[in-house]
Amino acid sequence: MNLQPEDWNALWITLKLAATSTIILIILGTPLAWWLSQTRFRGKFLIEAIVALPLVLPPTVLGFYLLVALGPNGPVGGFFKAIGGQPPVFSFEGLIIGSVIYSMPFVVQPLQDAFKSIGTRPLEVAATLRATPWDRFWFVAVPLARSGFVTAAVLGFAHTLGEFGVVLMIGGNIPGETQVVSIAIYDHVESLAYTQAHWVAGTLLAISFLLLVGVYAGNRKFRVWKP
Amino acid sequence: MLIILGCNEPLTSERTALVAVASNFASTANKLVNVFEKETNYRIKLAIGSTGKHFAQIQNGAPYDAFLAADKERPKILEQTDLAQTDSRFTYAHGRLTLWSPQSDLVDSNGNILFSDMFKHLAIANPRLAPYGRAAEELLLQRGQWDDLKPRLVQGENIAQTLLFVDSGNAELGLVATAHVKDRDGSHWLVPEEMHNPIEQQAVLLTSHPAAHAFLEFLRTKRAQKIILTDGYSVP
Repeated sequence: MNLQPEDWNALWITLKLAATSTIILIILGTPLAWWLSQTRFRGKFLIEAIVALPLVLPPTVLGFYLLVALGPNGPVGGFFKAIGGQPPVFSFEGLIIGSVIYSMPFVVQPLQDAFKSIGTRPLEVAATLRATPWDRFWFVAVPLARSGFVTAAVLGFAHTLGEFGVVLMIGGNIPGETQVVSIAIYDHVESLAYTQAHWVAGTLLAISFLLLVGVYAGNRKFRVWKP
Repeated sequence: MLIILGCNEPLTSERTALVAVASNFASTANKLVNVFEKETNYRIKLAIGSTGKHFAQIQNGAPYDAFLAADKERPKILEQTDLAQTDSRFTYAHGRLTLWSPQSDLVDSNGNILFSDMFKHLAIANPRLAPYGRAAEELLLQRGQWDDLKPRLVQGENIAQTLLFVDSGNAELGLVATAHVKDRDGSHWLVPEEMHNPIEQQAVLLTSHPAAHAFLEFLRTKRAQKIILTDGYSVP
């Protein structure tokens, strides 16, 4: 007994989803985290609370809201429809939107902490050397916050890999499109195909472990190389 | 522990039994329990959930006294593995399937809409997991539409989630439990029962609890069957 083609498909979709979501999260999360770490804006706590919300909400609740919001009668889905597109529910794109929201705190919070822990001094020193804000960000803050980026990427990726409740709600279990591996495993377990479930779960476990080992080993090496 | 749970009586007692019930039957079961409790001295607590999960929980020692499943396979396995009381298994209801859309003019009275291009998504329950999903698959296979419709199918994990897909407007129509949509607006096609294998929902007794025993006996009475019928099931 080995993995069926649809199981490989589900694994592939999951990895693709996790990778795409992580890239988008880093792109969106970096400026947000930077802003949160630097701003003196009084309402900052409100933004922080909103970012942390997916941590608190049960995934099925988040999924339910997304299903309603992204659907043709909801604000987001309605907008898509109005501009002549398709509401993103039941599609891979819909899953990306869901994952980005779902994993947002796991990326923003480590980044924000990393930026904060740099302190003001290195940035001030750079400023006295006439570094522009842009240069200070790219050549001082980002390199110093490197391990924060690694943590953020690993957490964002891992959290999306294990995503279940949200996908269950907005995916529709379409093989090759929205059937991710956690759903495939769940289907196997619920239909009493335990051997198959073990195979898929074991493969996912092995892949995840290898990925994490790779990332952390790479991160360590980096540190050694640092002058 | 009990204080944390917010109740000051134990989960089950001499008079109170805990019954696991399939989500599709939950609201009907509530009505039945109300009538039953008025007539007898017993109390029934319902644990609502999917039959697959209940089954796994019972296999791992969950403290249910009886099990109202959404299918017949799982009660049968429980009986064969001696987790259920011998000879207590019976069919308490036949599930009915309805093709339903919240749009009032979409579904016609023969289900011919399924041959058209007037919808993007048809929601069904997962045929591997849910008896209603299997019945939906049988219906579409029997009408020779399975392959045509496959790209447009979205699957709910259970029949309640399938209803949510349609009710939220994400799928234009769906093959859902009649019990769920009988009183809803929109357009309906009650799928004739001979178009798929019967969705036999079976009950088993898991312990010898007198309240659970009495409740299952009550399910077979004319009064109970009338409630079950009115709610959109048929009775054996």
